[in-house]
Amino acid sequence: MTQNTAEAGVDAGAGEGRMVVAESVHKSFGRLEVLRGIDLEVTRGEVCCVVGPSGSGKSTFLRCINHLEKISAGRLWVDGQLMGYRQRAGKLYELHDTQVARQRRGIGMVFQNFNLFPHMTVLGNVMEAPVRVQRLPRSQAREDALELLDRVGLADKASGYPRQLSGGQQQRVAIARALAMRPELMLFDEPTSALDPELVGEVLDVMKGLAEEGMTMVVVTHEMGFAREVGDTLVFMDEGAVVESGTPGRVLADPQHERTRAFLSKVL
Amino acid sequence: MSTTPDDPRPAPGSEAPAGKSPPEAIKAVPVRHPGRWVAAAVLLLFSAMFVNMLVTNPAFDWPFLFEQMFSSPVLIGVRTTVILAAVSLAIGIAIGIVVAVMRLSDNPVLVTVGWIYTWFFRAVPRIVLCVLFGNVAILYQTIELGVPFDNYWLPLLGFEDGARFYSVPMETLLSPFVAAVIALSLSQGAYMAEIVRAGLLSVDKGQTEAAQALGMNQGLVLRRITLPQALRVIIPPTGNEATAIMKDTSLVSAIPLTTELFFQLQQIGARTFNLFPMLVAACLWYLAITSLMMIGQYYLEQAFNRSNRGASVRGAGQRA
Repeated sequence: MTQNTAEAGVDAGAGEGRMVVAESVHKSFGRLEVLRGIDLEVTRGEVCCVVGPSGSGKSTFLRCINHLEKISAGRLWVDGQLMGYRQRAGKLYELHDTQVARQRRGIGMVFQNFNLFPHMTVLGNVMEAPVRVQRLPRSQAREDALELLDRVGLADKASGYPRQLSGGQQQRVAIARALAMRPELMLFDEPTSALDPELVGEVLDVMKGLAEEGMTMVVVTHEMGFAREVGDTLVFMDEGAVVESGTPGRVLADPQHERTRAFLSKVL
Repeated sequence: MSTTPDDPRPAPGSEAPAGKSPPEAIKAVPVRHPGRWVAAAVLLLFSAMFVNMLVTNPAFDWPFLFEQMFSSPVLIGVRTTVILAAVSLAIGIAIGIVVAVMRLSDNPVLVTVGWIYTWFFRAVPRIVLCVLFGNVAILYQTIELGVPFDNYWLPLLGFEDGARFYSVPMETLLSPFVAAVIALSLSQGAYMAEIVRAGLLSVDKGQTEAAQALGMNQGLVLRRITLPQALRVIIPPTGNEATAIMKDTSLVSAIPLTTELFFQLQQIGARTFNLFPMLVAACLWYLAITSLMMIGQYYLEQAFNRSNRGASVRGAGQRA
């Protein structure tokens, strides 16, 4: 493991402060090339907002980060670990399902459609992974879960079922569920796109709070206001490639590329 | 058309003005359905004729029927039938889960084996399976444990005795009851595999992804997330399967496993030359057992849907 990390570090993976390193990441579904070489770095504590038209591959890229999608070419490191593979003597070895699962423990993910477990209570949703994956004692997991639910403002809903909640409340529970694993990196896949407009604010507020506490976040979003206010970096993707990136203020005010300008003129 | 002050109808889209009493409830002559009355009369007539037959036809011999229905061989038969059905269903469900997971796996060998299993045991009638497993002793007189294919390759190494260290005669191992359990549960497993597979496929893919993103491995995802949610889809058809396997225990007299309910009743009928009441007794017993199972299934489904259904009703009220 140490050797693996050391060797990966030689390439590009580790290095102080780099949380996500993507190196020429390609992804194809059959003949359809969705990602055409993404190079990206996210440093520890950075909030990286990824925007772009639908079909630009931004969600796919996010799913590659925690290996929900296998990349077709390139390399992807999270916290110095090559995702989904072990590299030794220049050769790649696929990791076993349980090893991939272990890598994912430090990465929280929030989905567009919440994907809460409908057969469990809100508290059960948040406690599930700490109890089953980290094997925390139930009493402690319960205490932690209630604290997290309090933090997203839903302590009073702990005994309810996901279906009883509004979309915004469900998404806040989903964030609490991801945080319960004490991740070092949080991935957000269009977390407010399935919400009624009036409920978007409550979710963005929770995310803003997270960012202020120094959480490293990669956020695929259409919320330009959030990107401008909270984001440290704004990445604009189109047709499976990064067109341009920089501080949100710079990219939004002074886009360098024609495609970025065209996109921004439609969404701003 | 303008709405005048004394027009009783409110203007379209406007609400009934406050202070005005609500309109009179509609009292209309309902549509007549003479056909329903005729049909009801005909059916009542037939019912009366049927009841009359039950009471007056001596072939039913009710006193004899009720006397024999609770005789000890019949009660033993009921017990065998119920135990056989329960054990076969339980093993069938276990096989079904395993085969369903095999068929949904990424391993082509497992997928193919699972498919062949389902294909074979759904194609062959249960009575044929019963006779087949009743006669397996023709195939192997003894069951031996040892190194596979030792008779082929051990002689090449100079050993003649083979490498077998345990043997047991087939008739000890494969009692008629065991043969019945094997035949019925293998058949049941094939049907359950399809039901479980449909159930697992009904669970949204996002559930698996969310669980994986939390660091759960495949086994944990299946046990904690996918399978519990699939049960909502799996339970209703499994109830039907339970009644079907209970009724199909009447096939195992072909093995022959003779302590089973239907065979016992037929035997009494043959012995006393009074067959028909025993056939009616069989109907009554299967009816009784199936009815009990239906009640059980009802409560199982209720218990399982409670959280979901309650949630959607209360959820509507809670939604802001």
